[in-house]
Amino acid sequence: MSVHSYIIDDRERKTFLLDREVLVSDEILRKEMSQIFGRCWIYVGHSSELKKPGDFRSRKVAGRPVIFVRDHKGEFHCLFNTCRHRGAMVCTQRDGNARRFMCIYHGWIYNNDGTLARVPGDDAYAESFDKIAYGLKRPARFEQYRGFWFMNLNEDAEPLDQYLAGAKDYIDLVVDQSPSGQMEIIAGVQEYDVAANWKLMVENSVDDYHLPSTHSTWLNFMANSGVKLEPPKEGLVLPTKGYAIELGNGHFTTDNVNFRGRPVAKWIPLYGDAAKPEMDEIRAELVARLGPERATRVADTNRNLVIFPNLVINDGSSVTVRTFYPEGAGKMHVTAWALGPVEESESARARRLDAFLTFYGPGGFATPDDVEALELVQQGLANWHEDRWSEMSRGMGKEGEQLNSDEHHLRIFWRRWNELMGAEA
Amino acid sequence: MTVATRSIVTRAQVEDFLYHEAALLDDWKLNEWEKLLAEDAAYYVPPNDQLESDHRSTLFIVADDRERIRQRVIRINDPNCHAEYPKSRTRRMISNVRIISVEGELVTVSANFVCYRFRRYERIREYVGGYRYILRQAGDSFRIKERRVLIDAHELGTLGSVSFIL
Repeated sequence: MSVHSYIIDDRERKTFLLDREVLVSDEILRKEMSQIFGRCWIYVGHSSELKKPGDFRSRKVAGRPVIFVRDHKGEFHCLFNTCRHRGAMVCTQRDGNARRFMCIYHGWIYNNDGTLARVPGDDAYAESFDKIAYGLKRPARFEQYRGFWFMNLNEDAEPLDQYLAGAKDYIDLVVDQSPSGQMEIIAGVQEYDVAANWKLMVENSVDDYHLPSTHSTWLNFMANSGVKLEPPKEGLVLPTKGYAIELGNGHFTTDNVNFRGRPVAKWIPLYGDAAKPEMDEIRAELVARLGPERATRVADTNRNLVIFPNLVINDGSSVTVRTFYPEGAGKMHVTAWALGPVEESESARARRLDAFLTFYGPGGFATPDDVEALELVQQGLANWHEDRWSEMSRGMGKEGEQLNSDEHHLRIFWRRWNELMGAEA
Repeated sequence: MTVATRSIVTRAQVEDFLYHEAALLDDWKLNEWEKLLAEDAAYYVPPNDQLESDHRSTLFIVADDRERIRQRVIRINDPNCHAEYPKSRTRRMISNVRIISVEGELVTVSANFVCYRFRRYERIREYVGGYRYILRQAGDSFRIKERRVLIDAHELGTLGSVSFIL
């Protein structure tokens, strides 16, 4: 055990402690920006957000304003939204379709593939001024897996495909909902701040231990809506069993037998009797296409997947793609979308969105209580000097399987984070 | 048009109704508030980036039918609704009330609002926007058929969540 470690990972005594300084320190945040966000693959956006050539979305990714755009040939780009001349943002629209982006300051114009198209009064420059060298800068690497685009600021990073490791199987499982293998981001984005350290959202997104206490009103709502909630069997805290699974490179997921219903394609009374025939059809299509075993996997299990460090895909009551960035040690900004199969019928899409709101989002029946819990943590951490360590040993005292309500998967995150931060475990 | 068969709707009547509703919400008298709702009532908060959209094809912040509103009130009244326990203190200012149209028994109304929200240890949050109501005439008063809350902020951002009835 190194004195420089942010964790105490004592496998003999089966104890895992986390130094709370990592949740409050601005100095550690600065180090994270280079060691974590400067080296890992970071989610930028989804192919479906740019349907046509020229479509663009401007957004902040890891604190960097970028333009996620398709050029006139339909190629995808991620460009830094910063004029090469004097640094102004060149795209001020949230989204749209454009052939060119013009900086309003001095009128430099860039094509939608990032190349510099026009410099007003360019005869005033010397011959050594090379327009080709003044295209918009871009992240060192930009790659996608099944429509999910990521950037990497480190030229020497391993390929995305390799980085994702075992997480690919779980992305595949989400995408298998679609008959054509194409999912899309649905219109309407939820963007909200949480006054808590960003890493608390990573923990919260996969921590099923908190469900009965944080979300009892949601469980009551499910029961009120006719969902039968079996009392948890011995050793469980939830009505059904679920596991915590390590996927490599700091990625992990929960993998749960579903009790909460799924728009694809597990009916619960909440959806209403009228939904049954269509949901039977959706299920039949899954079975025909994927076989009974895989169809059961898609429809009757749910999972909350974390792709290190900050992409969460919750394939639960609906599917949400959620990412979040630090804005100071004690504050994060969350962006969340809904994801659905492109060929979904109008009624199935409406059911998916309604199911989303039963749990997720700033007006949902659960997320606001998660936000409350994380903010209470951050407020409580003001005592970190006197009460330094968070206790995260749950599950270490037993052999074999690790449950979704254990802290095995949270430890996977922290070990990886600790390693990338250059600390010795 | 069947307007002639109905009593004339005045802005003062609508204002009285909206002020009464605001007082019930600010006082957390949610069960009384529910009595203002029609049996087919709906409550919508569209996403900040798609104010003019349909909840069936766009992800909203809130899209409740009558039954979901009932469940929402049960949840908010429960001390285990942690986001609202202890309860926020809210104070709504409603102005610029306009009757947009009267068609049969349905009155479409728009209004501006500011809702200040306070919680202990937390910064003040100011929700600013427009209300759009479809009210159904009921005797001397109204029942809410639809209330739609359009938040002006480009994103919820520091407003955090909409864990109370906005």
